[in-house]
Amino acid sequence: MGIREVHVDEIIPVVERLCIESNIKLPKDVKDNLCQALEEEESPLGKEVLKDIIKNTEIAERKNIPICQDTGFAVVFLKVGQDVHVVGGSLNDAINEGVRCGYTNGYLRKSMVVDPFLSRKNTNDNTPAIIHTEIVPGDKINIIFAPKGGGSENMSALRMLKPADGVEGIKRFVLETVDRAGSNPCPPIIVGVGVGGTIEIATLIAKKSLLRPLGQHHPQPEIANLERELLKEVNKLGIGPQGFGGLVTALGVNIETYPTHIACLPVAINIQCHVARHLEVEI
Amino acid sequence: MSKLLTTPLTTDVIESLNCGDKVLLNGIIYTGRDAAHKRLYEIIKKGEKLPFNLEGQIIYYVGPCPAKPGTVIGSAGPTTSGRMDPYTPILLQHGLKGMIGKGLRSREVVEAIVEYKAVYFAAIGGAGALLADSIKEAEVLAFPDLGPEAIYKLRVENFPVVVVIDSKGNDLYKIGRERFKKIELA
Repeated sequence: MGIREVHVDEIIPVVERLCIESNIKLPKDVKDNLCQALEEEESPLGKEVLKDIIKNTEIAERKNIPICQDTGFAVVFLKVGQDVHVVGGSLNDAINEGVRCGYTNGYLRKSMVVDPFLSRKNTNDNTPAIIHTEIVPGDKINIIFAPKGGGSENMSALRMLKPADGVEGIKRFVLETVDRAGSNPCPPIIVGVGVGGTIEIATLIAKKSLLRPLGQHHPQPEIANLERELLKEVNKLGIGPQGFGGLVTALGVNIETYPTHIACLPVAINIQCHVARHLEVEI
Repeated sequence: MSKLLTTPLTTDVIESLNCGDKVLLNGIIYTGRDAAHKRLYEIIKKGEKLPFNLEGQIIYYVGPCPAKPGTVIGSAGPTTSGRMDPYTPILLQHGLKGMIGKGLRSREVVEAIVEYKAVYFAAIGGAGALLADSIKEAEVLAFPDLGPEAIYKLRVENFPVVVVIDSKGNDLYKIGRERFKKIELA
């Protein structure tokens, strides 16, 4: 198989479009789940909140404006085919240029600061993007754009459990994390859980698990069952829509796993608000 | 049914509010989030003049999206309030009467809400497009260099909020949860 050339000028407008469209329109599975949550919720105030959340997505689409003012970290998952040759410049620069154009031309909020604890000066174009790149077979570039809000990111957590803590330890950590987050991350939430690997793999697969459509469970039956069980347990916490009390605290629990060390059981929990945005394109 | 309120808020009105009440706000409110709070706090500490009189006013914790041409403001939902906790008691002491945000407050803030007879409202987090509909005018009042974190003066009409912490210190986040909680964590 030959090498396929992809020019950066082709990538930039695609990323620009992904930034804008992902922030305006929710994936269908999330919208469907919010409607289902409205059926299931018993708290009158919780029902009203869910109605407003659904109405908000309709207003955003109709007016072509962001669903939420926190248009997020610009998180990008790249799968680059090993038979692709990017020409005309650097791939990362092209992604960042696309983010710059998207956030500026799309009237999206710029939320990135240059350094985390010194000046905290805004970069004014929402760069740098948070780019995760994988090299895969083939001659395509697959881009998933998943803007991630700061409020829900702040409620995320990592714990290095002992292997002896086992599945009970994982469950306890998930419940404690959602309980502690309470109303902060804009419930109903989606709980992304990454188990295994090293410290950075656990957090990365926790975030990746959030890309899986709601209702589509892990292919391994034991893990799929754990996802169902944890969703039931989380929804017994009583937090409810916006934390005003209710049955629907979470729309889903997604778990991803990775092999790990004989001494380790890392568990990362990435909390996602109800504005669970992501959009995918293949070049 | 929602209660209709107009800013600035008086103590009488605040004392009539109970946690769980739905409220539609009308009049002028001010925006402020992390960086603006830090500056307001420093101005008070230095004894300098604040960019607006806090007496009876409401601060909305929001960093809106830029306005598209021909619109008043971009999407404008609440940010997490807890980050403003360290700066809040001193603002309440200087006359601030209301806050709009989302999420939990510290014990110190709840105590200051009771002491200074104030109220904490929640707007729906993640409903920025819907909430922007109730904002009829917006102008940057202070700290334009902060971009989305600048202080805006907003005129709102029937801006929908829920009373979360009332002037008696009752907290909807605690009371609401207790009604639906089915497990206790050890």
